[in-house]
Amino acid sequence: MSNAVSALQGVSYDGYVKVTEQGLRGMITLRGDLASAKLKTAVSKLSGVKVPAVNACAFKGAYGVAWMSPDELLILCPYDAAEAGVAQLSKALKGQHFLAANVSDARAVFQIEGAQVREVLAKLAPVDLSEGAFQLGQLRRTRIAQAPAAFWLKDAGTAEVICFRSQADYVFELFKRAAMPGAEVGVF
Amino acid sequence: MSTRLSRGGRLIDRSKSVGFDFNGRRLKGFAGDTLASALLGNDQMLVGRSFKYHRPRGIVAAGPEEPNALMNLGKDGHFEPNARATTTELFDGLTATSQNHWPSLEMDVGVVNNYAARFMPAGFYYKTFIHPRAAWKHLFEPFIRKAAGLGKAPKGRDADTYEHFYLFADLLIVGGGVAGLQAAKAAGEAGLSVVLLEQSAQWGGRAPVDGAVIDGADADVWIKDAVQALENMKNVTLRLRCMGAGVYDHGYALGYERVTDHLAPSTLPRHRLWRIRAKQIITATGALERPLSFAGNDIPGVMLAASLRDYLVNYGVSAGDRTVVVTNNDDAYRTALALKEAGLEVPLILDARPAGGGALMEACIAQGIRVETGKGISSVKGGKRVESVTICAQAGEGAPLEEVKCDAVAMSGGWSPVVHLWSHCGGKLIWDDAQAHFKPDHARPPLGADGEGFVSVVGAANGELSTGDCLSDAHQRAQTVIKALGATPKRKAAATAAEEPMAPMAAVWKMPQGAGYKLRSKTWLDYQNDVKVSDVQLAAQEGFESVEHTKRYTTLGMATDQGKLSNINGLAILADSLNDEIPKVGTTTFRPPYHPISMGSIAGEASRELFQPVDKTPLHGWGEDNGAEWEPVGHWRRAYCYKRNGESTEEAVNREVKAVRDSLGLLDASTLGKIIVKGPDAGKFLDMMYTNMMSNLKPGKCRYGLMCSENGFLSDDGVVARLDADTWLCHTTTGGASRIHAHMEEWLQTEWWDWKVYTANVTEQYAQIAVVGPNARKVLEKLGGMDVSKEALGFMEWAEGQIGGFDARVFRISFSGELSYEIAVPASQGRAFWDALHTAGEEFNVTAYGTECLHILRAEKGFIMIGDETDGTVIPQDLGLHWALSKKKDDYLGKRAQQRDHMTDPRRWKLVGLETVDGSVIPDGAYAVAEGTNENGQRETQGRVTSTYYSANLERGIAMGLVLNGPDRMGEVISFPLLDGSDVKAKIVDPVFYDKDGEKQNV
Repeated sequence: MSNAVSALQGVSYDGYVKVTEQGLRGMITLRGDLASAKLKTAVSKLSGVKVPAVNACAFKGAYGVAWMSPDELLILCPYDAAEAGVAQLSKALKGQHFLAANVSDARAVFQIEGAQVREVLAKLAPVDLSEGAFQLGQLRRTRIAQAPAAFWLKDAGTAEVICFRSQADYVFELFKRAAMPGAEVGVF
Repeated sequence: MSTRLSRGGRLIDRSKSVGFDFNGRRLKGFAGDTLASALLGNDQMLVGRSFKYHRPRGIVAAGPEEPNALMNLGKDGHFEPNARATTTELFDGLTATSQNHWPSLEMDVGVVNNYAARFMPAGFYYKTFIHPRAAWKHLFEPFIRKAAGLGKAPKGRDADTYEHFYLFADLLIVGGGVAGLQAAKAAGEAGLSVVLLEQSAQWGGRAPVDGAVIDGADADVWIKDAVQALENMKNVTLRLRCMGAGVYDHGYALGYERVTDHLAPSTLPRHRLWRIRAKQIITATGALERPLSFAGNDIPGVMLAASLRDYLVNYGVSAGDRTVVVTNNDDAYRTALALKEAGLEVPLILDARPAGGGALMEACIAQGIRVETGKGISSVKGGKRVESVTICAQAGEGAPLEEVKCDAVAMSGGWSPVVHLWSHCGGKLIWDDAQAHFKPDHARPPLGADGEGFVSVVGAANGELSTGDCLSDAHQRAQTVIKALGATPKRKAAATAAEEPMAPMAAVWKMPQGAGYKLRSKTWLDYQNDVKVSDVQLAAQEGFESVEHTKRYTTLGMATDQGKLSNINGLAILADSLNDEIPKVGTTTFRPPYHPISMGSIAGEASRELFQPVDKTPLHGWGEDNGAEWEPVGHWRRAYCYKRNGESTEEAVNREVKAVRDSLGLLDASTLGKIIVKGPDAGKFLDMMYTNMMSNLKPGKCRYGLMCSENGFLSDDGVVARLDADTWLCHTTTGGASRIHAHMEEWLQTEWWDWKVYTANVTEQYAQIAVVGPNARKVLEKLGGMDVSKEALGFMEWAEGQIGGFDARVFRISFSGELSYEIAVPASQGRAFWDALHTAGEEFNVTAYGTECLHILRAEKGFIMIGDETDGTVIPQDLGLHWALSKKKDDYLGKRAQQRDHMTDPRRWKLVGLETVDGSVIPDGAYAVAEGTNENGQRETQGRVTSTYYSANLERGIAMGLVLNGPDRMGEVISFPLLDGSDVKAKIVDPVFYDKDGEKQNV
């Protein structure tokens, strides 16, 4: 695995928020019956968190689970643990109808850090980012300008954004532009 | 002459001088000036030429309604045409030039049009330039294009950047005058999330200029307090220089923020487009003063009365020493009083109303100003500026009574509420006879998804023209909106304003009432497009009775100001000509934006390198370092070829083609779509998606498959691998990955929702590298790891293992006819694996090859390419792919369609190979001609080229094409005419040009 490199290898930009590519992150797409007890158990056994509600996500240490659609979850984990995670889920769900796939390499992850993280996201995503509407524990599948993306808040001043690996350059440039000092909107 | 007064000007800072450039002249203004006020302060009354007659034009208004003062602003990449001087804030170094004149503003040759005006009435384009036909293109059009037109189109790329901003709110309020502020206070105090936008750089609107007294103090005091109170509310967002540009369905609205227009050019975003989603919208957009229609009302120095007052009070600028006021309402008397207070002369006030005005008139008389009631202007004299007015009885035909010397005229024809935003999404209007204007009909608002209105209009925009009425209307309607949003209004009454007693206005659409043709043909309605009263009357006379038709025939209201000043006056003239009532004639349609917005703001960040996402494979960087010539494939960039040491594209391609066949080539195939399809019903599902059987594929095996649309047309192709008992991996074309994934999901979610199948698009999870050529196996064996021998991994099989220490899934498939392995490794290790292959392959002359080489190799083998051999009208049968159409299956998508008459027609053109007789390359897309002509007199055709290349391996041009009865005509020579009149002869051959028995790929 020493050969593995993320799309932008940790590049960062200090604007009025800080934008950093986060390196490799383990990600597993799990499709199945989210109401099934077997699936719930398998997910929480692997990740340490419960299957989240609609549009929600939950984290514990390096693991996390995000609701993606009525029959799809995204499980976050250390990069090196993704293959084993798929194997563990496949074993636990044997006999059930499900699909588990390692998608760690298909993605890029960015961290957006700073007091104005909400407004920088609001320049690029058609999402209500006011404090009342978008809160910790929520995950939003949306777009960053023209790139499909999803994001959530790690804490009040930090967001994590995932997008396709092939579009990492595009997404990074967008955030750089949006975070240019002097271009603050000053709304949130 | 217009000048800067020694005192006054509430918005300017006289301690800060600002230099700017107008038509090459260096001028000075003050901080806080608009370009218009600074120009007037420098006695620059002439600011442009009109569109059609090139008449001299001066500043008429002080806001976005200005029709005349359009400027070319800035230079080079920051150049912008058609900018309004009245909404352009002055900054140090601003450069402006006036428009539509040649050779200069003062000496304009085009003014000759003015003298020919009577030959250029409404619709003259349609009437005059019909014959002779050829003259339009060669004579009339070039002449008209030179004579007409406003700003110049920018020549270079826009150097500025732009951005969007998404905002959601309970309530959007457009307009930061006292009504907007009052409504915002009410909603803010009720705890709603509120956005308040104001287009100008100041809060408060007209109230301070008009001397309003609110809650016992000057309006300025109340405004300052209100803004401060709002700034302290966390739930309220305030924004100046941000115009509410449009209202759309479902509470969507656009705010157009001019972030840096008032500053020297910078790298910051110039404009920010606010894309707002509001549950309710209140527009408090005020009202616009209307001009009066008298002869010579377009001569520089004739201004709207309230605008003239704006320049005086806000900027300390006078339009002239002697100003005649002409009006049909009381408000214009305020201008006279303001002029008097500034120490300027008002020789005469003409009030068209027989009884004149009320308290304000009395105040003017008390100041010693001469007031004539029942009188109007017969004509204005002057060329590039006003010299005098001739007065007449309003009720008469314009017989001159007296000439009065003056250098400015302040006119007021009453006020029209700005109902644009209300109307954008379907709000209806009613005619208010007393005020002679259209105002919102609150019984018929724009409706939201719930069938309820989502826009309210308050203040002057709602026809409430006094300060007190404005405030109470805003407060009251805000209460209703607050309740509709489920909040509780706080018990606070509206601010109260001092009484402003007004006598009723009187509608005056022509001055004088009985103006004859001579006067009417000098009476302007639309300044920018040169539409006169006589033009609208002519249109009516010629049968253009609908207001929409009249608009287009005369171009009334079609200029960049969209008729803000001219529309109501124009339709009143139309109504009069048709002998109809104004509300019956109705208005033209109000469309967003309210005022032009920049194209850049609409594009937002999407320009230059961010115009579209460019998808890059993990090997993209290697390509950039190694001479890749890129081509777009979907959103991906793929290497067309990799050029070495000054090679031409052609040389690089030919080198790659030979290297692969001779020894070893590497292709970045990462872009190929990879979709996992899994579940108990996956086999059944894939049997429907593909034309051939996929359910009986054995784990460990691969099969090439075709996908058709339900109309039978070939849509995509690729290799399917069965991973295990209930899992398949479907490869798609590069451009097809997302589309085919969506296609699968659509069928699963809408038609076969009860089938147990899950799909996942894992295209980007893998870097996929094709290792191709006679030495492919050797290089893999050299890297070491899993067994890739013929015995262990036969043709059309796949296996998982390690190669050179990389986790790999190896597919023994070939799109080139060579011994070939496609190897998928995790994308993050793709570059390392690619590098390892290069190192190991050095001894085999390893050659990275691009898409053109890929195409040539597949064409040599007669393999079809989606998008070349297919174009949405081609079915598999056309391409001789009958072998891939399963006869064992009851059904597959497209099967039924392929049985229809047209699809089974033996005359459908079929795929063949084409070998030029002279070895040349047929141009792409060339058609083969047949005998005779069709009903349109065009040469009959019998086929066309779908792929054509030079094959370096065969040292000749090869092509594939669809030809009538092609497969039955082997050896026949057909002819492809070229554009230069010559033609290429080609022999119909089998499409497989190279290694017909497929021995090379089977080793």
